[in-house]
Amino acid sequence: MKFEYFEHTADVKFRSYGKDLQEAFANAAYALTNIITDYEKVEKNIEKSFTIKAEDEKALLYDFLEQFLILFDSENFVLKEITEIKIENLKLSVKFTGDNELKKYDIHTHVKAITYHEMEIIEEQGKVTIQAVPDI
Amino acid sequence: MEKIEVKKKTKYIWEIPKQGGMKVPCVIFGTDSMVKKMQEDGTLQQGKNMAHLPGIHKKACIMPDGHRGYGFPIGGVAALDFEKGGISPGGIGYDINCGVRLLRTNLNKDDVKEKINELLEKLFEACPPGVGSSNIRVDNEQLKLILNNGAKWAVDNGYGNKDDLVHCEENGCMKQADANTVSEQAMKRGKKQVATLGSGNHFLELQYVDQIYDKEAAKAFGITKKGQVTIMIHCGSRGLGHQVCSDYLRKMEKAYPDIIKSLPDRELIYAPAGSELAEQYLKAMAAAANYAWCNRHILGHQTRKAILETFKDAEVKTIYDVAHNICKIENHIIDNKKTKVYMHRKGATRAFGPDSKDIPKDYQGIGQPILIPGSMGTASYLLKGTNESEELSFSSTAHGAGRVMSRHAALKEFRGEAIAKEMHAKGIEVKGSSWKGIAEEASGAYKDIDEVIEISDKTGIGKKVARLIPIGVIKG
Repeated sequence: MKFEYFEHTADVKFRSYGKDLQEAFANAAYALTNIITDYEKVEKNIEKSFTIKAEDEKALLYDFLEQFLILFDSENFVLKEITEIKIENLKLSVKFTGDNELKKYDIHTHVKAITYHEMEIIEEQGKVTIQAVPDI
Repeated sequence: MEKIEVKKKTKYIWEIPKQGGMKVPCVIFGTDSMVKKMQEDGTLQQGKNMAHLPGIHKKACIMPDGHRGYGFPIGGVAALDFEKGGISPGGIGYDINCGVRLLRTNLNKDDVKEKINELLEKLFEACPPGVGSSNIRVDNEQLKLILNNGAKWAVDNGYGNKDDLVHCEENGCMKQADANTVSEQAMKRGKKQVATLGSGNHFLELQYVDQIYDKEAAKAFGITKKGQVTIMIHCGSRGLGHQVCSDYLRKMEKAYPDIIKSLPDRELIYAPAGSELAEQYLKAMAAAANYAWCNRHILGHQTRKAILETFKDAEVKTIYDVAHNICKIENHIIDNKKTKVYMHRKGATRAFGPDSKDIPKDYQGIGQPILIPGSMGTASYLLKGTNESEELSFSSTAHGAGRVMSRHAALKEFRGEAIAKEMHAKGIEVKGSSWKGIAEEASGAYKDIDEVIEISDKTGIGKKVARLIPIGVIKG
């Protein structure tokens, strides 16, 4: 399983999984996008990339996920697929595809922000679990 | 979750006594069952956390609609000293100046009901909900003027009038605002969203007056009879405000790693009073607040236009507009001394009494109008501020019904189509951008608004003036 959702009074809580940090981060981006629209239905019409740095892993996750909210509000961009992701020494580089013609999709809701509330990044041998609660 | 020790002081006022790192006690307004729920969902823990902030005066407060938030609980009120305290983005919230505007008309509910669907169609176009993009295009220069001048920009550009400005908290513009403190990313997020409703719990509602509790105050607010139609607009600063909060939360984290370590929760991060970041955040927050006031002002104007197209002789005036998520520099009486504070209200309404000089002249002697929306399809309330609330809650009261059920659970429990049908049977038409959004905001997912209002009224932090019932809803 890539990700799943849990109960949270005001918002939505998700957990994403991966064999390493990279995969868990990518799956967290899908979990976030999937709150906005069914990401599997999004077409690969645009390629994008960005690089960010942060002071710790949680901050890196916060900044990483936030980029997708900024792209949604400012460019109508929704994520389809993360094609390349590299995390090293709190520096993250990512390449991904998606679309900016929102009319084609059923948009469920806006996500206001990423939060640190109940945020967890648990790294075990061969398995990483991420938990986050975006503000809706 | 740790059980918090909470003492009942009076029938509806509770206290978490000062303990551990708390600098002041935390006072809660609510019934037994409300406080029990706050214990279960972590609201009390967050109230206790608030009391750890530096320079906090007298008490941290939780309003009767309090529920768990990020950093502060929703319904959290705290006065941090202007010199020894600080300003905390988590004490304001991501949706800076999420708030409510209430318009009154001289129309009767029966007249409006006859044309309700036609009117809702027009309003849906005029006030785009969901991802509907704005009817108003602005360039960066214009956007900066909005951030600096708030609702005044709208009047200068032909939307609404001066009477709307006068009947708005801060006259629709916080003077501290400086567009240059707002990041390019935040500007990009807000550029296409000027005068849009947004999603989540935001809405535009056509309502009628169901009950008048205080004739004198109602009259001062322009409410004269049962059945009179009002319009309530609930929205905020959209992506721009969310990004301002996030930008400064991250800046403060980077600047003050030691402060994070000293706090029970990372999201309570603050910029100490007197620091450059405190000053910059106040300016940026004020800019986002101005964007929100400009939004609601234009939506109010568009609503008036739609009503006048349908009812040529209608009169539509602004009663008032209040912020629910904001920090203000205010003076409060603390230990018999006038003290300047960063007044944080997160999911709480400012509630100045009749003696305040910071409310419109025509309401002085009455009290500030307090606008509290219910959940979708239930009652909303018009209240008035009291002089006693200064001592009780730093002149603050509740802001809404408060969620009790997650969106996830609401989606399992309710179907949007069925909710819309149910509401239709009750005489309420609803038009939303998605069925899912309607299900998520089903009234069953919220606290009982009537009970929240009773607590405000009985404790005296805001007194009932009129009860409003919806007949048509545009759901964001």
